[in-house]
Amino acid sequence: MFAVVPFMSQKPKAVALISGGLDSLLAARVVMEQGVHVEGINFFTGFCVEGHTHAIRKQDRAKPKRNNALWSAEQLGIKLHIVDVIEEYKDVVINPKHGYGSNLNPCLDCKVFMVGKACEWIEAHGFDFIITGEVIGQRPMSQRKDTMQMIARDSGAEDRLVRPLCAKNQPVTMPETRGWLDRDQLYGFNGRSRKPQMELAEKFGFEDYAQPAGGCCFLTDKQYSVKLADLWATRGTREYDLDDIMLLKVGRHLRPRPNFKIIVGREEGENRFLEGYRKRFVHMIPRSHSGPLVLLDGELTAGDIELAARLTARFSKGRDAEQVTIEVKPVDAAARRLEVKPLTADEIPAAWYL
Amino acid sequence: MSTTFVDARNLLCPMPVIRAQDAVVQLQPGDTVQVLCTDPGVVHDIPAWCRVHGHEVFEINEQGYEIVIHIRVGAGN
Repeated sequence: MFAVVPFMSQKPKAVALISGGLDSLLAARVVMEQGVHVEGINFFTGFCVEGHTHAIRKQDRAKPKRNNALWSAEQLGIKLHIVDVIEEYKDVVINPKHGYGSNLNPCLDCKVFMVGKACEWIEAHGFDFIITGEVIGQRPMSQRKDTMQMIARDSGAEDRLVRPLCAKNQPVTMPETRGWLDRDQLYGFNGRSRKPQMELAEKFGFEDYAQPAGGCCFLTDKQYSVKLADLWATRGTREYDLDDIMLLKVGRHLRPRPNFKIIVGREEGENRFLEGYRKRFVHMIPRSHSGPLVLLDGELTAGDIELAARLTARFSKGRDAEQVTIEVKPVDAAARRLEVKPLTADEIPAAWYL
Repeated sequence: MSTTFVDARNLLCPMPVIRAQDAVVQLQPGDTVQVLCTDPGVVHDIPAWCRVHGHEVFEINEQGYEIVIHIRVGAGN
């Protein structure tokens, strides 16, 4: 009898979903150890935490900056393909089939979407299977035994989806049946403990990796979700564009009246970022005292400008002055100046802050 | 050899990286790309992307808030 030896003219090829966290880094490395050619893929939804706020805020610029997905790829010595999925992802956020998590995070639909996109990618690029860093029991929605099977099915990946860190707790996959992966060299992690991953990271010599289990999506953030829900409610539609969701990451947001809100830059970096939106929004800037750039978003009615100007004055260095000069610049008209008395702290209800 | 210009001003990372990537994949080895950016994160992210794909960043110019990254497309493209 002769053993059946799988024949391939080239190495099998896999694409690994690289988030920048420890699990995806380890999962890719475990498969690479078995001689598979691995490349990374990272999907940019617009809600990714990676980089944005650090890039905007001047005070954060002294801190080392890096894109953790690219850092992971460099550690692994693999290519990383960063894919813009902003438009397609809207349907995931707006109409999640499986609902939201504790905030506006559609984690289960998100995972089905991303594995589905990876599926399309491997078919277009002649790759054989997909790797993710999922671990059974690690996350309440998307990493349960039943939902992990659903993700494989609904994404269309089926047995081409390999989770090397918990493969021993999962059905056998195609790369195993074809002899490309030895199941004995895969892992059976489960639960929320990070200890097995940390031990594996040490074994591979990975140091300085991104914080384990750290949030990578603004939709899991309570405050961000409040602002997004406010945007949808006041517009009467859940449609959004990239600028909408970027602006929710920047500045203080206050809604003093149902028909408009203000966005107040908190420091120089945010003011500079908001300057890029001056042509699209009515905006204000204190002239008699230093202070923030303030954007006004909404349909303004009589009295709104003065209220917004008094709020702008409140966030300026002239907050205790009798009068502050505020320059108001409408979108399609010349700038004018208003002399206003800053609101006091007591005149700003907590409910105005989003 | 050609030079391609990419305007990625007012975009935050990783969008400038994606714009650079989209330009580079269309080009031949030895071609160059100039990416004009305003996000300071690009001075780390675009060189990191180039390293993992075998391209070369041969010059970075910063003038005020604007940054120009010059990329030479690698042999493996």
